[in-house]
Amino acid sequence: MSKERIKISEDLYDIMPSDYQDLVKSATYGKEDRGWKDIGNSKELIEQHSLCAGCPESMAFRYILASLPNPEDTVMVGSTGCTSLVFPMVAVHNIHSLFGNQNAIASGLKRALSVRFPGRTKDVVVLAGDGATVDIGLDMTLQAWFRQEKFTTICFDNELYANTGGQESGLMQKGFVAKMAPVGKLFDKVRLPEIARESGCHYVISCTVSKPSLVEKVVRNAVMIAREIGPTYLQLYTPCILEIGKNSMEGLQEMRDSEKPTERFAYKEYISEPAKELLAEVAAKDKEKKAAAKQLAAQGA
Amino acid sequence: MTQYRVLPGPEHFLPPSAASMGICLPNPGEAHINGVIVPEEKAYEEAAKQFLMAKVPTLFPGPLVLWAWNEKAAKKATAIRHLYNTLKECVQPGQTPMLIPMPDYRPKYPKINPEVEINPNHPNLTIWHNKIDCCMFIGVHCHQANLSLKIIRGGTSCYTIAMCAQAGHEDAMLSFRDASVEKIMKLAEWVRKLKGTVQPRLTSAKSGASN
Repeated sequence: MSKERIKISEDLYDIMPSDYQDLVKSATYGKEDRGWKDIGNSKELIEQHSLCAGCPESMAFRYILASLPNPEDTVMVGSTGCTSLVFPMVAVHNIHSLFGNQNAIASGLKRALSVRFPGRTKDVVVLAGDGATVDIGLDMTLQAWFRQEKFTTICFDNELYANTGGQESGLMQKGFVAKMAPVGKLFDKVRLPEIARESGCHYVISCTVSKPSLVEKVVRNAVMIAREIGPTYLQLYTPCILEIGKNSMEGLQEMRDSEKPTERFAYKEYISEPAKELLAEVAAKDKEKKAAAKQLAAQGA
Repeated sequence: MTQYRVLPGPEHFLPPSAASMGICLPNPGEAHINGVIVPEEKAYEEAAKQFLMAKVPTLFPGPLVLWAWNEKAAKKATAIRHLYNTLKECVQPGQTPMLIPMPDYRPKYPKINPEVEINPNHPNLTIWHNKIDCCMFIGVHCHQANLSLKIIRGGTSCYTIAMCAQAGHEDAMLSFRDASVEKIMKLAEWVRKLKGTVQPRLTSAKSGASN
């Protein structure tokens, strides 16, 4: 599994737009220790996109795409929302679902892939906004978790319906007044991470995307655990700077402010016992590998 | 039998699909010109003529040949390059053959660069920009080719040819079926054969309704 599987026809190579040539030459398909530090050194799996300037969602996309452990064998399922503006620019297989049914699509897809490619690891990652995950698609989200479907659900939580002008969503915080929700939210933010835990998710994280190394770690863990054990859920705060009245430069600070220990996006995690065992195994193997590499380097020197 | 003919547009904003107007696909060994079934040999001659008449004859290779996903695809790519080189050799001064890829079917927003690629969701942009008056689709998945050919017929005056690996396209003005390396090479032979016998439309290149 590597770039061997994507080759441009030699006789038409020169007419291919440069972004496709770059994907073949310097994308990190097949690289075992790929991660956010590859950004800038290699071709990212995302081209120019049409999100707003400074949108934290675009940062989140970059980090996630750089961190997927197996991008050439991953299928992402998106839904209606700002994310659907980005998927056409993403160099990972992806499917656009109807608004809200992304987890149902992912369930069928994951099962079909297991039957079609029994000997190969195929990851499925759902990436949708809070409206699709928590409001319109809550049924599909929960049912997939109840059934222990083996894929990762990532929710970009911007606490409202951003690309339709700022309507209230279930993940909006209580009392918040948005452009299209002038009365203010009357009830608390839905506690989906807790619901995820009770619904059978083996790895549940709630955090912001201000720290790329953290995003890398949780994405890798979530995909590994989903592959081996069962459903995983990441709720990532990607504030809509336009709808909360911030400037392009202020997205990162907004996330930092919201992840302080007393704030609503303070880092929270839940890891089930089987998932803990798996992560310990993975960590031990990584350690062995590093030690072996170090020894090899010392011998070479 | 239908009286409808698949002709260069602009037909109108939402042209009917040619199939819905009664145009049928050719059987093996046949092709269609303007919706009329003809022997394949006649279609080679007509396609070669259209290329040699055009001011900007253009080949649009799609993902099925741009990517070397099997040996046959790579060979077709070589044949397409040969056809393009033949066109360049056979046209007269003032004619500008082009080879523009269709690497992706997903809509590219905020914009595509029409100088370097064509997108099936807005093929008219590339056609208008480069003033293309005759084009051939090859290696494009049928459902995307259908969409694209209809948009081109709807909004531009470009003559469309489909070199389809399946059963052909009603919405092209001329369509081959069962495309193969041999068929592409044969078309190149016909272009060479007709070199110098066709008068190019150098003064009347009107490549789009909107420009």
